[in-house]
Amino acid sequence: MSTAFYIAGAVAIISTLLAVTRINAVHALLYLLVSLLSVALIFLLLGAPFVAAFEVIIYGGAIMVLFAFVVMMLGLGRKSMAEERRWLTLPVWVGPAILAAVLMTELLYVVHFGPSATIEVVPTTPHEVAVLLLGPYLLGVELVSVVLLLGLVGAFHLAYQLGKRERAIKMGVGR
Amino acid sequence: MSLAIPFEHAMILAAILFFIGLAGVMMRRDAIFILLSLEVMLNSAGFALVVAGAQWHRGDGQVMFLFILAVAAAEVSIGLALVLWLYHWHKTVDIDKASSMRG
Repeated sequence: MSTAFYIAGAVAIISTLLAVTRINAVHALLYLLVSLLSVALIFLLLGAPFVAAFEVIIYGGAIMVLFAFVVMMLGLGRKSMAEERRWLTLPVWVGPAILAAVLMTELLYVVHFGPSATIEVVPTTPHEVAVLLLGPYLLGVELVSVVLLLGLVGAFHLAYQLGKRERAIKMGVGR
Repeated sequence: MSLAIPFEHAMILAAILFFIGLAGVMMRRDAIFILLSLEVMLNSAGFALVVAGAQWHRGDGQVMFLFILAVAAAEVSIGLALVLWLYHWHKTVDIDKASSMRG
């Protein structure tokens, strides 16, 4: 069974790498979706079915749809792919990649030579998570609701102003 | 179903995903790809929390993952609205064009 973990992990790493390096935005989104689904599978293997469902619904559903809407609205086609090809040249990406690789090697070194342990999977039911969420973490839930409300108001304000401005430009009033 | 996953391997996977996202944030100029890489980073941080929660048989890690999920959703909705503004002003998604504060 732990083979499933390694396979899903390899799929997650490969698809995330592809998602970050693609030139076409839609391809990148699809690769990211694969990565999120494989992480959801690992959650399921770790005995966290509630979180796995949330990973698929919120990350794989809502956030991906948001990205897909924006990519479609902007209509980034061949022009943006040509731009991307110009931006993503070797001297541009090799520096950040080396820096990230150095930091990652350090972190892997620390994790690898730390105390080792094995996870014995004991599945957590949604009930236990819900009891924790609405018990000791109730204040956190309230704070998260404030964050979501702020996100809603902010996104609405930005989109509303944008729509008003674009309508004004279309009617010839100008900027 | 008996399943034993080494704790370090799961943490190493989270670290690798995090640093792929970090490299993506640093090397892309397209604002959409930067937001996408940020999602990867947030997701891997949440993954580390769930792994830690599974290690100590506690649900706290999953609760914190849900909080991260909510923050990621709020962040991406605002971020994408700002990307639409960027495109409205400059007709491009190049983040370097947004380096001046005069809009």
